[in-house]
Amino acid sequence: MAKFFSVLLPYILSGISVGGQYALIAIGYTMVYGILRLINFAHGDVFMVAGLFMVYMAGSMPLYIAAPLVIVLTVALGFCIEKVAYKPLRTAPRMSVMISAIGVSYLLQNLALYITGGLNKTYPDIPWISDNVQVFGATTKWVTIITPFLTIALVIALVLLINHTKVGMAMRAVAKDFETSQLMGIKINNVISMTFVIGSALAAVGSMLYFSNYPGVVPTSGAMPGLKAFVAAVFGGIGSIPGAVIGAFVIGICESLIKGLDTIISAFVPGYAALELATFSDAFTFALLIIILVFKPTGLFGEKATDKV
Amino acid sequence: MQKKKNHGKTFAGLVAIVCFLAVVLVLDQIIQPTDSMAMLLKVLQKASVYALAAVSLNLLTGFTGLFSLGHAGFMLIGAYTYAIFTIEPLQRDVVYQYYDAAIRVSFPQMLAQHLGGLGTVLGVILAILLAGAVAALLGWLIGLPVLRLKSDYLAIATLGFAEVIRAVFQWGKLGPVTNGSNPLKSFVRINSFKLTLGGTTLSLSTFVPVLLAVVCIAVIVLLINSSYGRAFKAIRENEIAAEAMGINLARHKMLAFCTSSFFAGVAGAGMAMVLGIAQANNFKSAMTYEILLMVVLGGIGSVTGSVIGATLFIAASEWWLRGLDSGTFLGINAPDIFRNGFRLVVFSIVIMIVVLFFRRGIMGDKELPDLFRRRKKTPSKAKGGQSHG
Repeated sequence: MAKFFSVLLPYILSGISVGGQYALIAIGYTMVYGILRLINFAHGDVFMVAGLFMVYMAGSMPLYIAAPLVIVLTVALGFCIEKVAYKPLRTAPRMSVMISAIGVSYLLQNLALYITGGLNKTYPDIPWISDNVQVFGATTKWVTIITPFLTIALVIALVLLINHTKVGMAMRAVAKDFETSQLMGIKINNVISMTFVIGSALAAVGSMLYFSNYPGVVPTSGAMPGLKAFVAAVFGGIGSIPGAVIGAFVIGICESLIKGLDTIISAFVPGYAALELATFSDAFTFALLIIILVFKPTGLFGEKATDKV
Repeated sequence: MQKKKNHGKTFAGLVAIVCFLAVVLVLDQIIQPTDSMAMLLKVLQKASVYALAAVSLNLLTGFTGLFSLGHAGFMLIGAYTYAIFTIEPLQRDVVYQYYDAAIRVSFPQMLAQHLGGLGTVLGVILAILLAGAVAALLGWLIGLPVLRLKSDYLAIATLGFAEVIRAVFQWGKLGPVTNGSNPLKSFVRINSFKLTLGGTTLSLSTFVPVLLAVVCIAVIVLLINSSYGRAFKAIRENEIAAEAMGINLARHKMLAFCTSSFFAGVAGAGMAMVLGIAQANNFKSAMTYEILLMVVLGGIGSVTGSVIGATLFIAASEWWLRGLDSGTFLGINAPDIFRNGFRLVVFSIVIMIVVLFFRRGIMGDKELPDLFRRRKKTPSKAKGGQSHG
């Protein structure tokens, strides 16, 4: 048992941490999808741009100014994307909006490529959270420990906001029925902007936690976490915030375990020839997506589909 | 009378295509690799491959209404199948540096032993067809679960499958077949396509990919104009109405998906041929996005639109906007702004403008010949009918 614990623990810890970071991104997807029925393909790239903001800002100002400023700038970016790329297409077919989202993603990646010159930008060390710490004999960074707690705190705050404030009520109404809520005097555009603001802010926080664990930021480093977070949102039932968070943790932990599967198996099965299973850590996420879509398209906590004929 | 007219139109189209192919063949001879116009050939080669990929994606997105984002995965399968079965036998062990190559068949080599030069050609064709067939088979397997999904869920599931395919092809344990994450090289590529006729050697390095694209696109057009194509369009407009009219949804969606995968596989083979290298890492979802943007640029639901879109996309990003990357553009010299990557930024802004303000793309859902046709009288008739009511 002790051996079991000591072998698995580092992977589970890092899985929980990655899961928390995915959860912060997944909320942005799930809220936007809940209201606009749009897969915001650009969200992963907003997350990447937040990482770049931090890289450039940390060089010229102290961290306690840079970090809030990064969040503000990311929020502004998300807000502008919605106003420029999605709002004009409000009455267009869903496919056009999705294509617009893909276009924004393409633009952000190319812009990042131009500004960084395609080089790996080293993410600044954030004091304290980048420091190492010992947990049950496993060495890890502080960021690994605080991510799940911070994520859960932010999610609780968000759920309170949605359930107990006027804006939250408007959001729930718009997600239920776009047109009726418009007729009831809800300012749809404000609600949608608010959704993008919240999503981008959480993505900015997520990017600070995520990139602290990685060597640096490249223009494509937002694509994979973005897709995985989306899968998490689908897994938990798109439109449901607790669902997205649970989905993100499940995906994070499974992914981390698969990354270490060769080591784990060889610790228990003597004479096991490594199969290089780590290759499949990304593929697993998508396999999970396909399984969930085929067997339970509404996800774990999703509402019943209300697609009208 | 109508039928005769249609025949005339088909004939005119054929003549135009033959003329185009002849022009390509001539250009292939007169432009030397060192010429300043050599870029034109490169653009033609790459654009023909992308045009085929775009048309095959348009068959799904534009004609059947299935929003699939797995195209890069099918192209990857095509590229690898083609590369594996045409690698030069003597070079095989050099290419599979770290593995013991499992598949040791080279179609061009095998058939050339019996048929000579003709055998090489047949071998290449066989490898291309096999590339398409393997992609179509995989398309069928993937289609079984995912085609039940609708719109954005289908998009995400196919995107996911493409990523799974990419991961599987890079898996070390499959190294003896796929060479792991290392590239495949030394297979038959366009430079080796030459025709020797009584002492004079004709270079076919641009002609072959263009011909491949023309033939494949012609087959897709025939499919679209057949009763199947009408069924696809019916499904696109309204699934429930189509089903009520007796169209078997599952069968037709699967047919469209497999056909599209087949031609994506062929396009992948063409891409391997043009680039001379096949590596799983190049077939990322960004490639699917690019192909989708070509389709959007040309107009969703227009075959000629996709071809024009792909050609403009490739010509602009590879050739016309080159200067934006290298310091001087339109005579303006500003190395600080026009540095590496600026081309793609300008380009993606142009794309965004098209997506936002010219949503119908260049052609809308019209075809090129429609533009030459005189306006029919039916619209005015319809108007008259309306005023009556």
